[in-house]
Amino acid sequence: MSAGLIYAVTGAALFSLGLYGLIVHAHLVRKILAFNIMGSGTFLVLVGLAQRADNMDPVPHALVLTGIVVAVSATAFALILARRLYAASGRCALPGEEER
Amino acid sequence: MSAVLSAMLAVDWIPWVIGLPLAFAVAAFLFGARAGRAFAIPALVLSLLAATGLAARVLTQGSQRHAVGGWGAPLGIELHADGLACTMLLMTAAIGLCTGWYARHYFTRADSGATYFWPLAGFLMAAMNALYLSADVFNLYVTLELLGLAAVGLVALTGGAAALAAALRYLLAALAGSLFYLLGVALLYGAHGTLALAELGALVTPGPPAWTVIALMTLGLALKTALFPLHFWLPPAHGGAATPVSALLSALVIKASFYLLLRLWFEVFAPAVTMPAAQLLGVLGAGAILWGSWLALQQQKVKMIVAYSTVAQVGYLFLLFPLAAYAPGLEAAWNGGVYQALAHGFAKAAMFLAVGGMVLASGRDDIDQLDGISAQLPLSLFTFALAGISLMGLPPSGGFIAKWLLLKSALTGGQWWWVVVMILGGLLTAAYLFRVLRRAFLPARGGKQFRTVPAALEYSAFVLALGSLALGLWASGPLALLRIGAPFAGAAP
Repeated sequence: MSAGLIYAVTGAALFSLGLYGLIVHAHLVRKILAFNIMGSGTFLVLVGLAQRADNMDPVPHALVLTGIVVAVSATAFALILARRLYAASGRCALPGEEER
Repeated sequence: MSAVLSAMLAVDWIPWVIGLPLAFAVAAFLFGARAGRAFAIPALVLSLLAATGLAARVLTQGSQRHAVGGWGAPLGIELHADGLACTMLLMTAAIGLCTGWYARHYFTRADSGATYFWPLAGFLMAAMNALYLSADVFNLYVTLELLGLAAVGLVALTGGAAALAAALRYLLAALAGSLFYLLGVALLYGAHGTLALAELGALVTPGPPAWTVIALMTLGLALKTALFPLHFWLPPAHGGAATPVSALLSALVIKASFYLLLRLWFEVFAPAVTMPAAQLLGVLGAGAILWGSWLALQQQKVKMIVAYSTVAQVGYLFLLFPLAAYAPGLEAAWNGGVYQALAHGFAKAAMFLAVGGMVLASGRDDIDQLDGISAQLPLSLFTFALAGISLMGLPPSGGFIAKWLLLKSALTGGQWWWVVVMILGGLLTAAYLFRVLRRAFLPARGGKQFRTVPAALEYSAFVLALGSLALGLWASGPLALLRIGAPFAGAAP
């Protein structure tokens, strides 16, 4: 198993863990963290799979940088929405889901 | 006249189609809601002109390419416009213009929602236009995220606890969907070393790796298109938002991820997709038609009826996949599916805007409070009925052409079971729309007070309903445009 493949498999495992967390956790901050773990897993797959032979491929690095920018903005947006929701309703979970 | 036409054909419209709404959004953000209101109509008219110019160029000269900043693929970003892209761009520009006209009169100066509506709507249109023109899978990911963030911002505009919860639910679903898509992009790049749609199409071969990618990307995009049973986020987001936002989201935003699914299935994955996978999408579409219509029948709020109707109408879009899988039915299925996206766009925008006017006039969102509307807002009710004709698929309307093409494809391909689903769906649609109409035709109960509604709110919705009718009367124009670069029209340019 090459190093690249190990990264890719780890990334796939992180993605699945994050997805599980996003679905089962009700607390919004946990959901947002889970989304970030999913994102990191995707980036690992992206960089890991593209590493082959000796020549470095710069394209996945550029893609991951763009992906990180998107993930950071999305996280900031989700956090401010969660704060506003907490201020308006006193709960940090979506309606219909129990906060734990 | 011919001088104007040849001048229009000489311009490269692609950067303008994306740049105009983007410039408007930035200006509306920097200079505030007053500037947004002032510039909205000119900017939207110019966007429509640019989309028309591009469509004229594609019609006369074939598909167009544009290398951003002079850097073409594979290093730079390349934009690509064919018939399908132009059709979606024209739909976005036309519906955007009418909704912008409505929103100018819907948001009053004191309204807190008005401050950010214009910049977010501008960013939304720019992101959609960029998505329709993108030719590589990663650029498509970025535009998909930009579109999602702008759309969630619009849902949160009204600021109440319900709107914030709907926005968060929508955001989490949209982000998860995008990550599924991005994981597919990672696998595609790892396997083939390229991101360009055109190059990937020649490299993908049937086998477990390709099937994994198809499954991941289709799941992500189906979540973003709200395909049954992944539609849980749509009704609260679309039904609870401010009316112009509901119209933009239901008519346009879900079509963007559907468009991407079409591109992937027919351009990239065409050699690797299997019949059971296509049938599965069809079964989910059928589930959406029946379950969405059934739930629409149960709703007590008028806007929620229209939102659940979107869940049902999305189902028709996905019937395209099993129908197009049999070669003899491909052309009719493709045209019918895209025509359904178009017809639903106009009809649903008209319906949401008309219903928004009714809710504003009666002050309540309940179906039981609609009595007397027929006397108070006859034009809005007429608009609602016209849009309903298209949603039910009755002639002469765009919805009729779409459903007729899908039926034709089902019969030529020998897949009669989809015909049963479509007929049942049409009957259920009639049932939930007549519930609203029946209420609205009752005389007002004693002493009921109505607020007056600006006439522009009624006329803008009416123009959209006329558009959905025109799509049924002059179908040859859009269908000729759709042919350019379509999968059944021979080798792609």
